[in-house]
Amino acid sequence: MTGTIPLQYFLVISTLMFFIGIYGFLTRKNLITMLMSIELILNSVNINFVAFNKYLYPQNLQGHFFTLIIIAIAAAEAAVAIAIIINIYRNFRSIDVDNVNEMKF
Amino acid sequence: MSINDFLTMRHELILTSLVLLVLIIDLNLKKSQKNRIIPITISLFFIHTVVGFLPAQTGMLFGGMYHTDGLTILMKNILNVGVLIILMQSVNWLKKEENSEKISEFFILLLSTLVGMNFMISSGDFLMLYLGLELATIPMAALAAYTHHQTRSAEAGIKLILSSALSSGILLFGLSLIYGSTGSIYFDTIGTLYSNAPMQVLAFIFFFTGMAFKISLVPFHLWTADVYEGSPVNVTSYFSVISKGASAFILIMVMFTVFHSIAYLWKDIVYLIAVMTMTIGNLFAIRQKNMKRFLAFSSIAQAGFILLGIISGNQIGMTATVYFVLVYIFSNLGAFGVVSAISAKTGKESMDDYDGLYATNPKLTLLMMLSVFSLAGIPPVAGFFGKFFLFTSAASGGYYWLIFIAVLNATISLYYYLLVVKAMFINKSDSPIAFFKSDTITRISLMVCAIGIFVLGFWSQLYEFINSFTFGILN
Repeated sequence: MTGTIPLQYFLVISTLMFFIGIYGFLTRKNLITMLMSIELILNSVNINFVAFNKYLYPQNLQGHFFTLIIIAIAAAEAAVAIAIIINIYRNFRSIDVDNVNEMKF
Repeated sequence: MSINDFLTMRHELILTSLVLLVLIIDLNLKKSQKNRIIPITISLFFIHTVVGFLPAQTGMLFGGMYHTDGLTILMKNILNVGVLIILMQSVNWLKKEENSEKISEFFILLLSTLVGMNFMISSGDFLMLYLGLELATIPMAALAAYTHHQTRSAEAGIKLILSSALSSGILLFGLSLIYGSTGSIYFDTIGTLYSNAPMQVLAFIFFFTGMAFKISLVPFHLWTADVYEGSPVNVTSYFSVISKGASAFILIMVMFTVFHSIAYLWKDIVYLIAVMTMTIGNLFAIRQKNMKRFLAFSSIAQAGFILLGIISGNQIGMTATVYFVLVYIFSNLGAFGVVSAISAKTGKESMDDYDGLYATNPKLTLLMMLSVFSLAGIPPVAGFFGKFFLFTSAASGGYYWLIFIAVLNATISLYYYLLVVKAMFINKSDSPIAFFKSDTITRISLMVCAIGIFVLGFWSQLYEFINSFTFGILN
């Protein structure tokens, strides 16, 4: 059952997702999109944990637990971030990072 | 597991119930009485701080996920004292009209982050470490955006939450690689299994990058100055002292317990980052005019000095780091206390506003002078001994060039710290900040800082007390 898809495939996917997330975070101008990029990063970590647990250490479930907790915390983080983004929108009338630049150097 | 075992995590339990208690009390207060939550919370937290010093039982809980020993209890007590001073300093600002409806939010958010830090310090595996780290970070973004009608505060909040979320993501990717290569998330097991396999080295670099974001080491420091400037002063002092201290504690413990087998590899990384952090932090601090931004860059430079204790990898290094953080708490809170007192009364935060302060507010000026002397490391005050022990530990590891660079940096830092002293004592001003008298609780907190700055340096039993708990890398 576990032999059908090699572990490497999962790792390639998760690494790609991780760096797409980093790239998106660094290039996007919209705050919501940046938040989505962070979700990509966290999900790549989840794939890693689940794949490692399933393929290498099926005798215990630490990887699965870690994934569940990451999902929960990502939700909390997104909630606070979106609340602050709404606040940004009220103050700046925009959620473009180019406008949120009152403080520099 | 009996109920008695739970008392091992007494610090966290008391603090959590304190947070809930504040929430419930606040719900039962009428709108006009919201101010009453301030003395209630501060006295409750004072009791918590005192109880924290009582002897506590040590041991493990949850199968090793949580552990306490003398060292973690000491670290928690240090943080408690710092938070108590910050709470006392924030009274003036909280009593302002604009904050009248959200006073309790400040306390609840701030104390929840402290719970997170306590769990982080006591963590025995990476899951607890991550949970504690997030509990210490997410409410902090809400704190940074506390004055929500100010554009700067909102900007600080978004900058903090986005960069800390990114750094958590990077840290987690490292953790997933560690899990994949060792099959465990427990510190003890990983410590025995860790080797210099490429994947494990990569995992360490990811992990270290994530942690470096949290203690704002160069080149991961860019969020620091903006967040510090935008947040309210008391929140800034919390960031720069408590949050940074807790992260430094956990970083040195993880480096010593988990990654000790690749110490010869991380020493090079830490060396480079220490040099960059001290130099860039100092050079940028010179050109700052806003006091909060100025202290932000100075705290970046201080984080570079903390790395000197980590790099040696021995027991002296760990003792020096804990001692330095303790001294740093008092000296930085002294400086922030003055900035906060002036900002709460007049709203002025620029260095130019401090011109001629000595003529009008001599006591505040003296405390500010003591604090910046302590931060710079001038002999009679405690900061000198903090830096001295860090240099000793680096010397015991044979890092003489690093010490040379650090001493050069201490000299540079003296220049910009003296700029503040010069502004207060020598510069003339047509309209200096008028004389004002702070209320009793603020003055007590400032007195505590001043006494701490003087006494900690000469109280040698303290160093030996810390030294009796610390440990070095085993090899």
